[in-house]
This record gives sequence, C-alpha cells and structure tokens, in this order.
Amino acid sequence: MLELWHGYVWPFLWIVIKIFLLLLPLLLAVAYLTYAERRIIGAMQLRKGPNVVGWFGLLQPIADALKLLTKEIVIPSGASPVVFLLAPMVTFSLAMVAWAVIPVDAGLVISDINVGILYLFAISSLGVYGVVMAGWASNSRYAFLGAMRSAAQMVSYEVSIGFIMITVLMTAGTLNLSELVLAQSEPLFGFLPGWYLIPHFPMFIVFFISVLAETNRHPFDLPEAESELVAGFMTEYSSMPFALFFLGEYANMIMMSAVVTILFLGGWLPPYDISPFNYLPGFVWFSIKIAFCLFLFIWVRATFPRYRYDQLMRLGWKIFLPFSLFWLILTAFIIVYK
Amino acid sequence: MEDILREYLPILIFFIIAVGLALIIIFANFIISPSRPDVEKNSAYECGFEAFDDTRSKFEVRFYLVAILFIIFDLEVAFLFPWAVSLSEIGLYGFWSMMLFLAILTIGFIYEWKKGALEWD
Repeated sequence: MLELWHGYVWPFLWIVIKIFLLLLPLLLAVAYLTYAERRIIGAMQLRKGPNVVGWFGLLQPIADALKLLTKEIVIPSGASPVVFLLAPMVTFSLAMVAWAVIPVDAGLVISDINVGILYLFAISSLGVYGVVMAGWASNSRYAFLGAMRSAAQMVSYEVSIGFIMITVLMTAGTLNLSELVLAQSEPLFGFLPGWYLIPHFPMFIVFFISVLAETNRHPFDLPEAESELVAGFMTEYSSMPFALFFLGEYANMIMMSAVVTILFLGGWLPPYDISPFNYLPGFVWFSIKIAFCLFLFIWVRATFPRYRYDQLMRLGWKIFLPFSLFWLILTAFIIVYK
Repeated sequence: MEDILREYLPILIFFIIAVGLALIIIFANFIISPSRPDVEKNSAYECGFEAFDDTRSKFEVRFYLVAILFIIFDLEVAFLFPWAVSLSEIGLYGFWSMMLFLAILTIGFIYEWKKGALEWD
C-alpha cells in the first residue's frame, strides 16, 4: 500500500499540484492583464480606464467574467455545433499546455523535456487550428473571412519565428529551455549581460514583431479588424466560448512573452550576478521581464495604426523571411569559422 | 522508457487538465445561463440583413498559395532543427551540405517572388 503511494500515487499527485500552482497564477495574470491593458491604454489616451468596480477598478476582470458566465450561448442555426464549441476549447487549452515546458526558475519547470523549443514551436503552430475551426464552423461571412486572413497571417510569420528560434538554439547549442537560459549566463566581453538580446538584437526586433502578428495583436489585428470584419472569426461567439477565445489570446500573449524572455532576455537570470541584482529570486526576474514584454505589447497597441493586409504579407514574406534566413546563415558561418 | 514517461507524462496530465478546465467552463455556462433561442437571434450576423447563403464556398486562391509556401518553409525549418543543434559536431561537410540545400530553396523562393506569388493586390 505504502509502496503504491510512494511509487505511483504521490508522484502523480505532485505533478497535478505543480500544474495547478502554475495554472492558477497564470489565469490570474491573464485576468489582470486585461485590466492592466485597459488601464494603461486609458492612461496613454488621457482617460481613466475601469475604476468603478472595487478599489481602482481591481475587481473589473472578475465582474467581466461573471457577466460573461451568465450570458446565453448563441449557436447560429447554420453552424456545426460540435466544432463551433470545440474551437474555443482548442485555443484555450493550447495556450495553457505550452506552459508545461517553460522554466520559471532554475529547476522550476513542470516537464524539462530536451526538445523544449521544438515543443513550443509545435504548440504555437497548432494555434491556427482553433481559428480555422471557429471560422469554418460559424458559417458566417465575417467569421470565415477573418479566419482565412488569420490563418494566412499566422502561418506566414510562423516561418520567420522558426528561423529565429533556430538561430538562437544554434548559438546555445541545445534545444532544452533551461540549458538555453543557462547558456546566456556567461557575461559578454566580461561586462555586458550574456543575453542573446545583444548579439542577436535585430532578431529580437523581428521576433517581437512576428510575435505580434502571430498572436493577432495590434497593429496586425486584421482578423478582427473591427471596422471591416466586425470581430473576425469571433463574430458569432458569445458568452463563455467567447471568453475562452479571449483568455486564450491573452494567455498566448503571456506565453509568447515568456518565449521572448527565454530566447533573448536571459530567462530567470538577473542582468548581473552581483549583490543588488541577485537578491531577487529567479522567478521574480522572470516575471519582471515578462511584464516588460507585455507592456511593449500594450504600448504598441496604443501607438500604431493598423497595417493593411497586403502590407502585412509583404512584411512577413519579403522582409522578415529573407532577413531572418540571412541572419541564420550568418550565425552559422560565424559559429563554424570562428 | 522510464525517462520518456517522466518527461512526457506531466505534459499529458497538463493537457487533460487544460481540456477539462475548458469543458468545465463551457458546461457551467450551459447550466447557469438562460437559453431562449429564436430564429432571428440564431441567424448568422450580416449587418442586420437576412443571411445571404451558405458561406462555405469559393475563396481567394492566394490563401491556398500561402499555405503551400508555408509547408515548404516549415519543412525547411524542421530540417534545420537537428542540423542547428549538432552544428559544432558535424563540421564543414555538414555545414556546406545544408548551405547547398538552403541555396536550392532560396532559388525557389526567388522564383516565387518573381512570379508574383507574394503579391497581394
């Protein structure tokens, strides 16, 4: 009996506990990211933003969730109900599942698989399924057009994201995310942080912009361009299925920020491993860097006008793709011939 | 075997929990929220007009083209992964064989570009 407990039940329970210890703060972070976004954009546009529900409007996300929970689920008569309800679930669960391999601190990771980057790449590629399923199942023109646009946009930027990930893993020589972070601990020239942000700075910019397109964020939010496509692939959704899409999108933003942090900003490492910096534990540094990336997301949204679709495709295929391929070859050259 | 289990079992459990969470949320919504369907409410949204007809018909062929281009380049990325990890071990031979492969793909890419497959107007 005791053997069974130690051998099987307890390890299993421990995994479940770890997963919930990650998921609960994540869902809370998603909820408050929506709040932070509204407050920050409000401040940037000299408005107040939500400030009525709770202190400084802090209960606003919870009020929103409760409101959506009590709304009717409308399934359009022409839709395929199963796929229609499956689509938000796919989006939501994929955005969660990616977190299984992300190291929050040294050793603090649910599953430290040795092909971590490949796993993240695969999961983020699957994200397009939720969108296509939603657009197809809704059987509505706006949803269909939005889904087509979104799918094309996501796969276009996927390619340069792949090239950039390869560039970084080539520099580190590993696919494991924890080792990738540790590879950035060696200071550059003895005084700069060893983060890949510095040697691969142009790739950091390209990667960040690609991530904006990949998560359908401003200024590339064409799939849900309100002025032309109502809400894109989400047009027919209401209530909790809509909320799942929403949560999925924001969880994806946080996940992509985590990826940016791991690839370019040195993960949980402090900028310098000396006294004032290394007092803070690693996961705090990790959260600070993620928060910084998320702030950039919101800042971009408040600042830039939306791209046109042909401009978006031109940027992805004709500028980012050749440039990231060039940088990959350059990096390979330097590694081989140094 | 043991290692694979230790690495991938948490991911499987994570996946089950994530799907379960989504199911619970939608199921709770079905229980709590009212359900009063009517013909107008359940018709597809088209700016207040009667829904036109079935939308699952023809669409712009460029989307298809982008999808094909994506498959080519994504495969290229998949080939590059193992090459990039072992770059320091495979030496010059490995390096230059991948450069040849990339050169062929680049020629294909230039051809597509000149043919106008990347134009959206």
